Amino acid sequence: MSSYTVSNLAHLEAESIFILREVAAQFENPCLLFSGGKDSICCAHLAYKAFWPSRIPFRFVHVDTGHNFQETLDYRDRFVAKLGVELLVGSVQATIDAGRAREEKGPNASRNALQTVTLLETLEAHGFDAAIGGARRDEEKARAKERVFSHRDEFGQWDPKNQRPELWSLFNGRKAPGEHFRVFPLSNWTELDVWNYIKQEQVELPSLYFAHQREVIERGGTLLAHTPFVTPRDGEEIQTRTVRFRTIGDATCTGAVESEAADLDAVIAEVAAARQTERGTRADDKRSETSMEDRKRAGYF
Amino acid sequence: MHTTAQAHDVDLLRFTTAGSVDDGKSTLIGRLMYDTKTIFEDQLEAVEASSRKRGDENVNLALLTDGLKAEREQGITIDVAYRYFATPKRKFVIADTPGHIQYTRNMVTGASTANLAIILVDARKGVIEQTRRHTFLATLLRIQNVVVCVNKMDLVDYAEAAFDKVVQDFHDFASKLDIPSTTFIPISALRGDNVVERSASMGWYQGPSLLYHLETVQVGSEANHVDARFPVQHVIRPHSDQWHDFRGYAGQVMGGVFKPGDDVVVLPSGFQSKIKAIHTADGELEEAFWPQSVAITLENEIDISRGDMLVKPQNQPRVGQDLELMVCWFSDTAKLQPRGRYVLRHTTREVKAVVTDVRYKVDIQTLHRVEDDREIGLNDIGRIAVRTAAPLFHDEYRKNRMTGSVILVDEFTNETVAAGMIR
Repeated sequence: MSSYTVSNLAHLEAESIFILREVAAQFENPCLLFSGGKDSICCAHLAYKAFWPSRIPFRFVHVDTGHNFQETLDYRDRFVAKLGVELLVGSVQATIDAGRAREEKGPNASRNALQTVTLLETLEAHGFDAAIGGARRDEEKARAKERVFSHRDEFGQWDPKNQRPELWSLFNGRKAPGEHFRVFPLSNWTELDVWNYIKQEQVELPSLYFAHQREVIERGGTLLAHTPFVTPRDGEEIQTRTVRFRTIGDATCTGAVESEAADLDAVIAEVAAARQTERGTRADDKRSETSMEDRKRAGYF
Repeated sequence: MHTTAQAHDVDLLRFTTAGSVDDGKSTLIGRLMYDTKTIFEDQLEAVEASSRKRGDENVNLALLTDGLKAEREQGITIDVAYRYFATPKRKFVIADTPGHIQYTRNMVTGASTANLAIILVDARKGVIEQTRRHTFLATLLRIQNVVVCVNKMDLVDYAEAAFDKVVQDFHDFASKLDIPSTTFIPISALRGDNVVERSASMGWYQGPSLLYHLETVQVGSEANHVDARFPVQHVIRPHSDQWHDFRGYAGQVMGGVFKPGDDVVVLPSGFQSKIKAIHTADGELEEAFWPQSVAITLENEIDISRGDMLVKPQNQPRVGQDLELMVCWFSDTAKLQPRGRYVLRHTTREVKAVVTDVRYKVDIQTLHRVEDDREIGLNDIGRIAVRTAAPLFHDEYRKNRMTGSVILVDEFTNETVAAGMIR
């Protein structure tokens, strides 16, 4: 006799699939923001399941800072080909070259904030009226108050004081011309949920998530990968360490952690025992107490 | 999150906490998250640094939950914040809302998806107007489990009499409300008594700690497994050779149990068919129930689209254009307009609706009906009648939260202006 209950992961999956199907039904031209990170991979996998046996009815958009790990780009191309979806790449470099954004100066210059400009340009160029992202509410305090259907004005801005209330599973995607929505199907997932789900579903991940030997530079308490975009400054040295990444983003601000976790089980055990949030490795969040809220207001993911 | 990796078969409990900083709500949430090792070192460091900057004497755990700039500046929580923690037994989603009367709409939002409500009572103050209001809202939103945490027991010398008085006073007023299950727990959030561990200071209390109760209380009991309801969300039609004739009606089961071979009626057309199969990307299911998201195929080719509903022939929802609603008003710019037109969202349908009458308003301090003032504005709760442009297939909210709830949307601003529960 069935007790008619489901596990946490099954519940989250069902809720996310419901949200993704609402996006397909309520918007004319939605896209899925795909970074090659585990959260957007999880989102894409859920989209595959939501519309099976049809193909995913969204195009994928990747905002490429030009500072990506090659492993991420290779993975992205393979993954997209397997799902049979169309990928659009918005290039931060192209935005800079066209003079629509200016590179930050100074020792901790990053292209993180510039992504917003390219993202909004890409959404506008293709007339997307909804952009699905893999953000989770447990990631960061400003995100804890984010809606599943997050309304953005015609400048792509988020107004945290004027958010639409969300009740039950009645999502209001109505909007004026020129406005758009960000939709977050993983809102109620935690980092550990994502890892457990990836294991349950046997989803392949980029190799960066697992322990490997890498040349790193220690800077401000963060281990940054030695790449053409991150080179040693005076007093810094290149060291080879066994590391993995807890999040995958722009190579200039995504830190590695020392780890021996070489497979999913080891990573899950490590995540479960972690005493630092995964965004603790993100230099972009450490800029001020409200740096995430400030970026989100401007139209960030 | 927890020191031991969570097992795959844990389930999910959503609960809401309403209250003000004075009640110790933030301290309680901070305590639950800290004691279950959910707060990370870098979060704690950030909060410690902020507390120092603000000149707070102790580490201010409220800063963990008050995330937005305006909230930090004003020292209040102005929105619903969702928090997550897990133990090896269960994963928890907390909808954390401010408790003052001007945040009624936030409390209603948080309560709409909750299985359980924690109501905090200060042992020194006893049952007050805020307690009654929070309990009323929990009842209105049909939360099946209410936990009354009698907090600050350390400030009344852990006296059983103080606890008993709260229990008695609560029963006195709650007897008029329709609460399915209430549990009382004496705690001190500040000192941790009966929050995660049983308290050594209250030998007279034989019940569970709050966390133990949260881990073991039965959930899912509020889901309706009797009345089969399947609102169609989206039609899946793959244009591929392999799935040439596939026409799957995608949606989430909002009530009852569906099985292959079951006779179904399609609303509004009234056509009958049989379920051929229940599909998921992982294979076919032998049965589907809330909250599963599936795709259903039928034996007959019938024209079905989003907004239609599959039900069982012998158990059909109410069908009609006139609804009686209890509404909570959300808009701070416009009041409810008698004879006003709104867009009404119900399951996967969207229809135009007109307000035909305002029956009464509820004074949420006294819980009395007010019939001489029928102006419904921000945070007000009232009973109204609406007529929709097309029939809805609906149930009473008390029977089914999903097929019994609606939102009203302003046609011009597109804002969600009200939440409604069908009577």
